[in-house]
Amino acid sequence: MKDYFAVLFTGGKSLIIGMIITLREFFRPVVTVQYPREKLVVTPNYRGHTYLVRDEEKPEKHRCITCGMCQRECPSGCIALGGEKREGVKGLVLTDYRLDFTKCSLCGTCVEICPTAALDFSQEYRAVGLRREDFHYDLLRMVEEGK
Amino acid sequence: MNTSTTQGNTHRYVLNMGPQHPSTHGVLRVILEMEGEYVVNPQPVLGYGHRMHEKMAESRSWAGFLPNTARMDYLAALVYNHGYVGVVERLAGIEPTPRAEYIRVITSELNRLQSHLLWLGVLVLDLGAFTPIMYTFEDREKILDILEDVTGSRLTYCYMRVGGVVNDIDDKFVERTRAYIEWQRSRMPMYEKLVTGNIIFRKRIEELGEFTPDLSRRYGVTGPVLRASGVPYDIRRAEPYSAYPEFDFEIPVEHGGDCMATYLVRVREIEQSLRILEQALDKLPEGPFRAKTPKKIKLPPGDASFAVESPRGELVYHMTADGSDIPYRLKIRVPSFSNLSIMPELCRGMLLSDVCACMGSLDLVIPEIDR
Repeated sequence: MKDYFAVLFTGGKSLIIGMIITLREFFRPVVTVQYPREKLVVTPNYRGHTYLVRDEEKPEKHRCITCGMCQRECPSGCIALGGEKREGVKGLVLTDYRLDFTKCSLCGTCVEICPTAALDFSQEYRAVGLRREDFHYDLLRMVEEGK
Repeated sequence: MNTSTTQGNTHRYVLNMGPQHPSTHGVLRVILEMEGEYVVNPQPVLGYGHRMHEKMAESRSWAGFLPNTARMDYLAALVYNHGYVGVVERLAGIEPTPRAEYIRVITSELNRLQSHLLWLGVLVLDLGAFTPIMYTFEDREKILDILEDVTGSRLTYCYMRVGGVVNDIDDKFVERTRAYIEWQRSRMPMYEKLVTGNIIFRKRIEELGEFTPDLSRRYGVTGPVLRASGVPYDIRRAEPYSAYPEFDFEIPVEHGGDCMATYLVRVREIEQSLRILEQALDKLPEGPFRAKTPKKIKLPPGDASFAVESPRGELVYHMTADGSDIPYRLKIRVPSFSNLSIMPELCRGMLLSDVCACMGSLDLVIPEIDR
């Protein structure tokens, strides 16, 4: 009988302590971020989809030399690039760089392997689309259009 | 299958739990043979999330398997990264730099903390209390922010490389982690009062699903579940790897062998992880964060094993190579598989609602079982 009331007492006390802890939350600052109106800062190391880095001296140009290392090393096989030989230009000229972002697992192998550091991760986190093709990025066109 | 049978005076029926059930934490199906509200025979059914990771490892170069490791256990991706680069390093005879080892330990421990915090929240959520998960997620969010800053992702990290890591940690990281350690320490008394002391919580999981060290050994149970039955077995001590021998920490052990004991072991592990983090940040050596390795690493013919302590138990990678850069075979021993196999033994004769509590205290991650 005595134990019964002891359990009732300690149990009731533990519940009240729990409620006090919960009630304290009312007086703490609000941490919710009202997303479309407020935005958090995205860290510079964030891994979004890859993009072709523009040359510092000539911003309209990229640094890709069409060596195809990224295409070969990609574990998911989501990179397809094409190049052609042009008059008066040493090496190949990039004609097409397609990234199938639906398959990409953001491991960073392409960024690491690139000999000219032509690739980098973007900070784009709002990847939304209605069709699969919305995530087939054409990185070369992004450079040309100045995105 | 007969869904209902009458044997003598008893009326037994079969209840299907899952594959989509909030307390199975993934696509796990449990066929429960019931008698009234009591479970007579629970049988887990696996394989809904099978993605043949081991076969994938045999069909691509070893480096191509790195992103896969994070997808097996989404709550301890860095620990899985660590085990995989560890086995490749051991096989290829590559020595990571001391700084890299420290960074690996720091990030792995942060990962372990966030896994334990999530587990703490969802265990209590399975028991019907909604508030604590909000608090643990607040703490967990701090870890995810810290890790995102250095690894670039929030959950499926692909951060470790053979010989080191991708990015070096900077002063900002150290500062934020120190602030986090202080924050987490200040939160632990709150959890003590809110969860551990709560009478409903205690009555629900005390003396529930009792098991002995002998039973745990027979099923190959490892991790906090084994330590809850009184066996001080932790890979970080039993088979020290990376920089762990340099730290002073305890292996929390409870002798209860019930769900409450596994709960207490994990909560005490949070404190020990904070201790390891603090020491690692203090002793962090200078130097390169990535060893110089040849561009193409061929795996020499032979075998290698590497065991790490994941938040759920002993994780072993065993790799066999034949001289090319594609592994001949990669065997992955995951802790949750063994921890789940003890479940029918524990849950026999339990009330249905206690099965949820028992599975919650085992801390199962189904994608790692199916892999």
